[in-house]
Amino acid sequence: MSHLLEAFSISLRMIVTGDPLVFSIALRTMLIASASTLVATILFVPLGCLIHFNSFKGKRFVVGFIQTMYSVPTVFVGMLVFLTVSRSGPLGFLGLLFSPSAIILGEIVLIAPIIIGLTVSALQGTGKKLEETATALGASKSTMILKVLSHAKYTMLTSVLMGFGRAVSEVGVAIMVGGNIAGYTRTLTTSIALGIGKGETASSIALGIILLFMAMVVSIIVNLLQHGGKK
Amino acid sequence: MKLQMKNISQAKEGNKILNGVSIDLPKGCFFVLMGPTGCGKTSLLRIAGLLDKPESGTILLNGKVIPAKGKSLLKTRRRIATMFQSPVMFRGTVFSNIAWGLKIRGLEQNIINRRVEKIMEFTGLNGFAQRDASTLSGGEQRRTALARALVLEPELLILDEPTTSLDPTFKRDLLGRIKQIHSITGTTFMMATHDFTDALAVGTMGAVMRDGVVEQSGNMDDLLFKPENKFMASFTGVRNILPVEFKGSDAHSGRLTVRHSGVRSGHGFLAIPPEVIVLALSPSITSERNHFRGVVKSIHRNGINWDVVVIVSEVSLCVALTTGALNELAITQGSSVHLSFKASAVHLF
Repeated sequence: MSHLLEAFSISLRMIVTGDPLVFSIALRTMLIASASTLVATILFVPLGCLIHFNSFKGKRFVVGFIQTMYSVPTVFVGMLVFLTVSRSGPLGFLGLLFSPSAIILGEIVLIAPIIIGLTVSALQGTGKKLEETATALGASKSTMILKVLSHAKYTMLTSVLMGFGRAVSEVGVAIMVGGNIAGYTRTLTTSIALGIGKGETASSIALGIILLFMAMVVSIIVNLLQHGGKK
Repeated sequence: MKLQMKNISQAKEGNKILNGVSIDLPKGCFFVLMGPTGCGKTSLLRIAGLLDKPESGTILLNGKVIPAKGKSLLKTRRRIATMFQSPVMFRGTVFSNIAWGLKIRGLEQNIINRRVEKIMEFTGLNGFAQRDASTLSGGEQRRTALARALVLEPELLILDEPTTSLDPTFKRDLLGRIKQIHSITGTTFMMATHDFTDALAVGTMGAVMRDGVVEQSGNMDDLLFKPENKFMASFTGVRNILPVEFKGSDAHSGRLTVRHSGVRSGHGFLAIPPEVIVLALSPSITSERNHFRGVVKSIHRNGINWDVVVIVSEVSLCVALTTGALNELAITQGSSVHLSFKASAVHLF
C-alpha cells in the first residue's frame, strides 16, 4: 500500500513539474487522436448525413450494421490495418507500418462507425416533423437540410467527441500498427501497458491520471453540449 | 386558390390509405375534411400541401396540373402553407420562428419585420416576439405555428387538426381566430378535424371520409341536415336511426310507422334528429304529419341540454330538451307523453 502511495505521489510530482517524457507522450497521444478524429469527421459526418437524408433499399440494415460496429474490438481493427499496411498488404508500398500515420489510419477505421452512427442518430433525434415543417414553409431540400443540421449541431458535435474519446483511449490499434516505439509511436495507453509490465508504476499512474483527465474533459464537454442542445 | 383533387389514391407499406378520393375546393372557401382517426385525412392534406405525391390521381391548382418536380414544384409549393397537428418550434425566438419562411424567400429585413409584426398582432402574439419558442404553452405554440404559416400569405392554408389536445378555452380562442382570419383574408382554407362541432364552427363546406374514401361532400348544412347514409348520420350526431321498410311515403320499423316527405320502397334507414321532435303532455293539433304517444323511459343530461328517451310502439326515440322545457313539463320516468315531428325533418338513406 505504501509503495502505491509513494508511486502516486511521484506521479503527481511528475505532472505538476511538467515531466518532459510524460508530457511528450500525452501531447503525441492528443495529436494522433485529434488527427484521426478530424479526418474521420471530414469523411464520415457527411456520410452520416447522406445516409439520413436519402432513402434507399436496406437503409435500416446499413444503420443497424454501423451501430453494431460501435463495439468492434480494437485489436481486430489493429489486425485489419496491420494486414493492410504491412509490406505484403495492399497499402504496403506506402511504408506506413509502425508510424504515427498507421495509428491514425487505424483509429479512423475504429471511430468511423461511431461518428457515422451517432450522426445518423443525432439527425433522427431532431425528428421527421422538423424536416416536414421546414418543407411545408417553402424550404428547398438544401435549405431544409441546413435547418435540420443547425438543430442537430450540438448532438452531432457530441458524436465527434465520442469518437475522439474512443480514439484517445484505445490501445489495440496503437500497439499493433504503431509498434510502441519510444519517442515516435508511443501513446498514453501503450506506455501505461509497457510501464506496468516493466514495474514503472509511478510514470504509469501519472500517464493514467492524464488519460483519465482527458476522458473526463471530453465527457464534461459532451454533457454540456447535450444540455445546451436540448435548450 | 382553387384546388381540385381527382381520383387520388395512396398506399403505405402495401395498405391502401386513400382510394379514389375526389374533392373540389372553390377559391376562398373554408373546406373541412372530417372523419374518424385513421380515415386518411392527414394523407390527403399532405398530398394537397404537395408534401407527398399520390400513387395515382390528379391535382389541379387554379385549373392547372401541378409540376412534377424541380424549381416549378418548389415555386408552386410556396403558394401553399401547412400547419401540422403537433407543430414543431424551430430553435430561437417566436419572432425568428415566424420570420423564417420569409427569410428563406429572400425578402428584405424591413419587409420581414413589418409583416411579422402585423401577423403577431393578428394572431394575438403581441409581446411574445423575443420569447424563446420552446417555453411556449401548447396554445401559444399553435398560434405561433399559425402565424408562421399565415405570414407567408399563402393562397391555400392547410391546417391538420389544429385544436387537437388543446383545452376548451384555447380551442375556442384558436378556432375564433382562424375563422376571423379566413373572413378577413379570403384565403382558401383546408382543415382536417375529427370533431364535427369544430367543423361546423368554421367550415363553409367539407367532406366526410371513412377508410380512405369520401362518404359525402358538400356544404356544411347538407352534411349536417342531409346525411346520405347511416355512417354520415351517426357521424354528424344524428340519433334515432331506425332500420325500416319503405312503402310510398311511409316507413315501417316494427309496429312504428313514420311518415316522410319522399316516395320510396324497399329496405333502408331513416333518422329523426332529436332536436326536431316536439314533446308535449297532451296531444296537440299541428301541421306535423307524425304524432305518437309514448312513455318516458329515461332522462339524462347531455351537455347543457337533456336527452329524454321515449318508448313509442316498442321503439326508443330520443328527444332533446332544454332545462327550462324539462322543468316546465315536469316529466319523470314513466310519464305519458306525446311526440310530433314534421315529415320533412326525417332523413332517409
